[in-house]
Amino acid sequence: MKTITRTKPFEQILEDISLDTRVFIVGCGTCATLCHTGGIDEVAAMAERLTVAGKIVTGVAVPPTGCDEVTGEMRYVFRDQLRAADIVLVMSCAFGVQTAASQLKKPVAPALDTLFMGKEGPAGHYSEICMQCGECVLVYTGGICPVTACHKGLLNGPCGGTDNGMCEVGNGRECAWTLIYNRLQSQGRLDHMRRYHPPKTHNAVLRPGIIDLTHSREEAAAQ
Amino acid sequence: MSRFKEALDSGKFVITAEIGPPKGVNVEPMKHHIALLKDRVDGLNVTDNQSSVLRYPSLGGALLVKEMGGEPILQMTCRDRNRLALQADLFFAYSRGITNVLCLTGDAVVVGDHKDAKGVFDLDSVQLLDAIHTLSEGKDLAGNPLDGTPRFCKGAIVTPEAQPLEPQLLKFEKKIEAGAEFIQTQAIYDLTNFSNFMDYARKFQVKILAGIVVLVSAGMAKFMNKNVPGIFVPKALIDELAGAPKGKALETGINIAARTIRTIRDGRMADGVHIMAIGREESVPRILDLAGIH
Repeated sequence: MKTITRTKPFEQILEDISLDTRVFIVGCGTCATLCHTGGIDEVAAMAERLTVAGKIVTGVAVPPTGCDEVTGEMRYVFRDQLRAADIVLVMSCAFGVQTAASQLKKPVAPALDTLFMGKEGPAGHYSEICMQCGECVLVYTGGICPVTACHKGLLNGPCGGTDNGMCEVGNGRECAWTLIYNRLQSQGRLDHMRRYHPPKTHNAVLRPGIIDLTHSREEAAAQ
Repeated sequence: MSRFKEALDSGKFVITAEIGPPKGVNVEPMKHHIALLKDRVDGLNVTDNQSSVLRYPSLGGALLVKEMGGEPILQMTCRDRNRLALQADLFFAYSRGITNVLCLTGDAVVVGDHKDAKGVFDLDSVQLLDAIHTLSEGKDLAGNPLDGTPRFCKGAIVTPEAQPLEPQLLKFEKKIEAGAEFIQTQAIYDLTNFSNFMDYARKFQVKILAGIVVLVSAGMAKFMNKNVPGIFVPKALIDELAGAPKGKALETGINIAARTIRTIRDGRMADGVHIMAIGREESVPRILDLAGIH
């Protein structure tokens, strides 16, 4: 599972950093590299475009993982280039942007939009696999997540918009409940579809999610 | 007990029709349709931001039906409100004499006219049915006691032409287990297919109202076959519409609707029909006349 990102329109990036002339660019050697949105090549291309647009690029860096605290090391390695910059343009997911913001002591701007946690299919194709809802039901749904794969996140079966295995929202999206039905049927477990799922607990994890996992559920409940 | 529920329980052939609220606050055309239909049917179903297109609310339309002496059936989708708002609207509805509810998931936001809106879907249609049952036991969804208990006649929908059909039927059964007392079907045109569905549906303690959508042209029929999930208009009907004299396609569609209703009623194929005129409400009295329903 990785974080899928998409580059913001260049004009949007220029507007977002319109107050700033000197830019330091940070990429990410993990998810954004795999998505081709923040690897070495994309960071170099961004530096060139910004230069053409009249910005001064004081330096670039692609740490192994943009979200890791090691990003903080850049403060020392790229001290002068960072000091010279008005802003840090971060070509990673929002986690990397927030890490840079807290570690580098500089204003930051995201160059990417963070879309979802997903998997990679054919080159350039990504699909969402988990919404991190905190109440996993995959045992009842043949290992296909209805919360994620169904556009409406329905728990109790298909809606009336299901159409020969496709979803009413179009764009080639499949009906999750047809997939689930086919999977459960092949496993001889269709009775799982008869199970009534009550309304979800949307606060299974109180947002923002902050949790102490040093204690078991039982210990935590006893406290 | 609501008048509509009494009609369902009486064993008579039940007729309901649909009222579409306006895009805006001019309710006069809607009031005209209500006046036209309220004494010809057992219930008037008011749509809830149908097809995810913003409209005057179903609650407001249902209230107008009630105030004008008709029997409202409140359509309630799960798309636009979370469980607090749904329960609060149910309290309001019941307090104003609106005691029939049709529970729907609701179309996806992106098929409508506010494509950037957040789709809520805090509950689904089965959970909404169950929620209404919970309210009828004097408790809200959080388990708190109610001051005054609403008791609704509750319904849901099914799509007998869905492909694949079995997942749809499994959900149909869950809706009945969750307390659905009546089921409206998506528009049906192929009566052989519908008859097969009814052979199955008859096994359950629930009233089935066959969905009737008036066809206005061969083009509309072809469009629905291609674009509307779960609708199948047989070729013979498309040919009949295509063969209508110029300017007479709507008349042919009205005749088809009337004939379908008559066949369903005379053959006792369903417990009633639900007529969705979709902008052709003026034609509903004629359809009923031609079907021999007075």
